[in-house]
Amino acid sequence: MFFRKLKTFSKGGVHPLGKKVTQNKSIQTLPPPEKISLILKQHLGAPAIPVVEINERVKVGQLVARNNGYVSANIHSSVSGRVDKIEDVLDISGYKTKAITISAEGDDWDESIDRSPDVKHDFNLNSIEILKKIQDAGIVGLGGATFPSHVKLAIPFSKFANILILNGVECEPCLTSDHRLMIEKGEEILVGAKILMRAVHAHKTLIGIENNKPDAIKHLETLAKKYENIKVYALKAKYPQGSEKQLVKALIDKEIPNKGLPIDVHTIVDNVGTAFAVYEAVQKNKPLIERVVTVTGKYVKHPCNFLARIGTPIEHLVQAVGGLPENTGKIVMGGPMMGKSLSSLNYYVTKATNGLLVIPAEDSKREKVRECIRCAKCVSVCPVGLEPYKLMTLVERSQYDDIVEEKIDYCLECGSCSFVCPSYRPLLDYIRLGKSVIKKKTA
Amino acid sequence: MDNQLLTVSPSPHIHSKYSVNTAMSRVIMSLIPALIVTIYFFGIGAMIITTIAMGSCMVFEILIKKYIFHEPVLVSDSSSLLTGLLLAFNLPSNLPIWIVILGSFIAIGVGKMTFGGLGKNPFNPALVGRVFLLICFPVEMTSWPLPLISRFSYLDAATGATPLTIMKDGFRNTIPVTEWMDNIPSHLQMVIGNMGGSMGEVAGLALLLGGIWLIITRIISWHIPVSIILTVLIFTGLFWFIDPVKYPDPLFHILTGGVLLGSFFMATDYVTSPMTSKGMCLYGIGIGIITVVIRNFGVYPEGVSFAILIMNGFVPLLNKYIKPKRYGEKLSYE
Repeated sequence: MFFRKLKTFSKGGVHPLGKKVTQNKSIQTLPPPEKISLILKQHLGAPAIPVVEINERVKVGQLVARNNGYVSANIHSSVSGRVDKIEDVLDISGYKTKAITISAEGDDWDESIDRSPDVKHDFNLNSIEILKKIQDAGIVGLGGATFPSHVKLAIPFSKFANILILNGVECEPCLTSDHRLMIEKGEEILVGAKILMRAVHAHKTLIGIENNKPDAIKHLETLAKKYENIKVYALKAKYPQGSEKQLVKALIDKEIPNKGLPIDVHTIVDNVGTAFAVYEAVQKNKPLIERVVTVTGKYVKHPCNFLARIGTPIEHLVQAVGGLPENTGKIVMGGPMMGKSLSSLNYYVTKATNGLLVIPAEDSKREKVRECIRCAKCVSVCPVGLEPYKLMTLVERSQYDDIVEEKIDYCLECGSCSFVCPSYRPLLDYIRLGKSVIKKKTA
Repeated sequence: MDNQLLTVSPSPHIHSKYSVNTAMSRVIMSLIPALIVTIYFFGIGAMIITTIAMGSCMVFEILIKKYIFHEPVLVSDSSSLLTGLLLAFNLPSNLPIWIVILGSFIAIGVGKMTFGGLGKNPFNPALVGRVFLLICFPVEMTSWPLPLISRFSYLDAATGATPLTIMKDGFRNTIPVTEWMDNIPSHLQMVIGNMGGSMGEVAGLALLLGGIWLIITRIISWHIPVSIILTVLIFTGLFWFIDPVKYPDPLFHILTGGVLLGSFFMATDYVTSPMTSKGMCLYGIGIGIITVVIRNFGVYPEGVSFAILIMNGFVPLLNKYIKPKRYGEKLSYE
């Protein structure tokens, strides 16, 4: 063959169109807002416990809520100022959840944080010390799952990981936060990879990037030449390659068993954003208080990538891109394929927020649902080999025993089936319904 | 901003914009080269029958939807037009208009709407119409106009035999292949479409181009056409290998009759074909085998329509028992 065969996962996948208009816009630091709200449950696991009193003064980077048990994460203040209140706000799913609201006064950082811009390469910590730093900094998986990193990186005695996979795929259309981070903080990401490798005792790192980001691939490839055990792989652009299971399949051609984790095939998968956060925590002593957020949309005036403080109100982000366009119909937190739509602007940036998408009214409504024509598109695009049309029919008929038999729990909820269905059938909605019924039944 | 209502819905928030209508119109588009070739060889007759079949299929669908189903009529979906076009492609070009209309009625009325319309019919509607006509009007349905010569005549077209009927006569009267091969066009002529047969079946090259375009644009998957054609090649090749005096070469079987039309356009009909790729392959192999069995041992010289209809009957079973390989189904590793 005259061109290099690109790696990818073998089964299913779709090619959603979504121009990444912000891919050449460098990351801008968003000035701290007047008020932030830190939701106490912005990670998987138990909500954090507040350790500050109302009216207490806090600095940037000061711990305001500590982890509640092992599977939980610390939360630090991202502004300096006074704790206003600790009360309920709406979380992204629409449920009420406790949050600490802080009014900003000045920008007074904790003295222990190194704010110099130069890259620090050397570190001489051992695995346990690194994990402690990661736990203290409240780092969670920044790809979207927000699983506390210190839990993931603590390898059980019976298992081992020899490969670290860094996920720079960013297969969601429209989002460019990881893309920009790789270009602007490539050096730091690689140091982060070194730290992660030491933490889990892995001996090599594979970085997977889709080939629609040639600049990022080239940049990291050049930087990685210095390290003999870090390799960058260009992957064929295909959704949902950013999913852990698909990425492992693409890079090392192994399948993670159902209900298993990457550690079952001796790998650890982390997002490039997480690697950067780990670098900052270990080398600069900086907790996770900022992240890159892409704000974009068809009619948004100045779409951009921002380095936003965690807890920043969404309204603040929207104003930074020139306000909401006239005909806004839907606001999505995250990407168009898996993001969640918001009911108002009264939400806050969390550790999981990688983008904000403003969809115009004409694209925000679904088309009329029609009969299934059994075209088999949903079966052919499903990345885990399910038959969405069958699952939908079974859920409609409440045949819940049969959907267990049809392995409904394998579903990644990537949305490829609903995306391709020529009859606009809400396949994923029904699959989610079925999954939740089963969860209730077994619980 | 406070008064503005936002849409809240679960993901995904975008759609491929690929609708049933896009699919149907692309299939119709892919049949246009074959239609042009057909009109070149069969002239006026081909035009009349195509127009009548497509028009009457659409009219029957609208009438049934409006007066029996009492549903709002959406002409927007072009599936009935496609059924009409495929039915026309399966008819000889000198068929009287009333028979064509009857065929359309059976195709749409019996083949499709009795089961509840688009998406519900177990059998390919165009083939239901065609087989009905073949059984009721055996004489009219098997008098094949000669290509080129009968371009400007319709009902009074000069007729002749198709390569497959010549082959069947050869089998019956035990004439060796080499002798009856003289009476049929060369393989090259057959590729272009210069032979007797149903209107749409003859244009081999044009059908192949249309089919490949459909596969490239992912309207259909390659599993069904490839498995049918390979099975026919291998199975007829076996006969040819054992007794080359009696049986013609495999390429002859691919180029004659409805193998190309059937495998790319009829067997791949969304509604009546299996859902999984493994199922599609089995379905294709079944069609291939039944076609060759009918051609070599049956009463009819051509078996593609019957083979597809028979395998259509197996589709629910294939869908039920053949499951795709799930990701990570193996529970333990190493």
